[in-house]
Amino acid sequence: MELLKRILKRKSSREIAKDRLKILLISDRVNCSPEMMEMIKNDIAKVISKYMKIDTKSMEIQITKTGSKGRTLKNPTLYANIPILDLNSLKN
Amino acid sequence: MSEVIVVTSGKGGVGKTTTSANVGTGLAAMGKKVLLIDTDIGLRNLDVVMGLESRIVYNLVDVVEGNCRIKQALVRDKRYPTLFLLPSAQTRDKSAVNPAQMVKMITHLRDQFDYIILDCPAGIEQGFQNAIAGADRALVVTTPEVSSIRDADRIIGLLESNEIQKIDLIINRIRIEMIKRGDMMSSDDVVDILSVPLIGLVPDDENVVIATNQGEPVVGSNTLAGEAYRNICYRVNGKEVPFLDFERGISFWTKISGIFHRS
Repeated sequence: MELLKRILKRKSSREIAKDRLKILLISDRVNCSPEMMEMIKNDIAKVISKYMKIDTKSMEIQITKTGSKGRTLKNPTLYANIPILDLNSLKN
Repeated sequence: MSEVIVVTSGKGGVGKTTTSANVGTGLAAMGKKVLLIDTDIGLRNLDVVMGLESRIVYNLVDVVEGNCRIKQALVRDKRYPTLFLLPSAQTRDKSAVNPAQMVKMITHLRDQFDYIILDCPAGIEQGFQNAIAGADRALVVTTPEVSSIRDADRIIGLLESNEIQKIDLIINRIRIEMIKRGDMMSSDDVVDILSVPLIGLVPDDENVVIATNQGEPVVGSNTLAGEAYRNICYRVNGKEVPFLDFERGISFWTKISGIFHRS
């Protein structure tokens, strides 16, 4: 049963390739170095941490495009996924 | 009106030289006057793919350095009298020629041909800059693999920033059985990722290797790849033809005409 689940869940290598390329090419195209992304991530974490407890280890940031088609990134968006560890620590 | 086309890919080994040879030959077979220029200085190969390696006297570097007249360096094809090759130099390196010299040479040559096709070396360094310097349009060759698509994307970005007006995509080495299995990106996937117009789909056909072994082009032959390249030539020339259905195999009419050609 477990095996069947895994087989059904498994992505085809075509889908994996497509997903990897989409993310890879966006960062290639915006010409934003991984170091710079890391610095942006750390700064965001620092600011948010002032107000609530967050999981800095598993937070992710990414530049994605929304709504635009074609090669030029017309609407680039910085997308941040920041897990909150303790909502009760919200300060006023 | 003449057109200067650069065939490029970024990554090596995806089929730039094969594409150059077959598109050039296909256009010549349609009656066009075509010049193929191998710009891969130090690693020349277009001559062997064309089967013209034994006829070379002068090369691209000789022309640029003024060791000979351009006419003396052009090698006429064995089969098509309107097809010419300007071979590259084997014993020099990329720095032997610069983009300004390429532009000057192409400006001088362009009125004498319907199409000038430049076979670009791999990479994005001087050889690439030389090849794209005089080009009006580009054919970007890629395979349905992550590494070559990534490089193609980079190349397309560079072509755009160098103001190449028209960029079209050729997807080479397509394996329909792998696509059906979900183990290879389809042409739609690749076009979706790269967002440039598609001008050709070429199957992974062993006849390409056989033809290269013999120094013959595969274009126009009674094979899937041969038909695919011929369709690319029609599209380069501005005619709209539908994309091949690789599953169906070669078309009924090609088979019939093949029988007549043989007899």
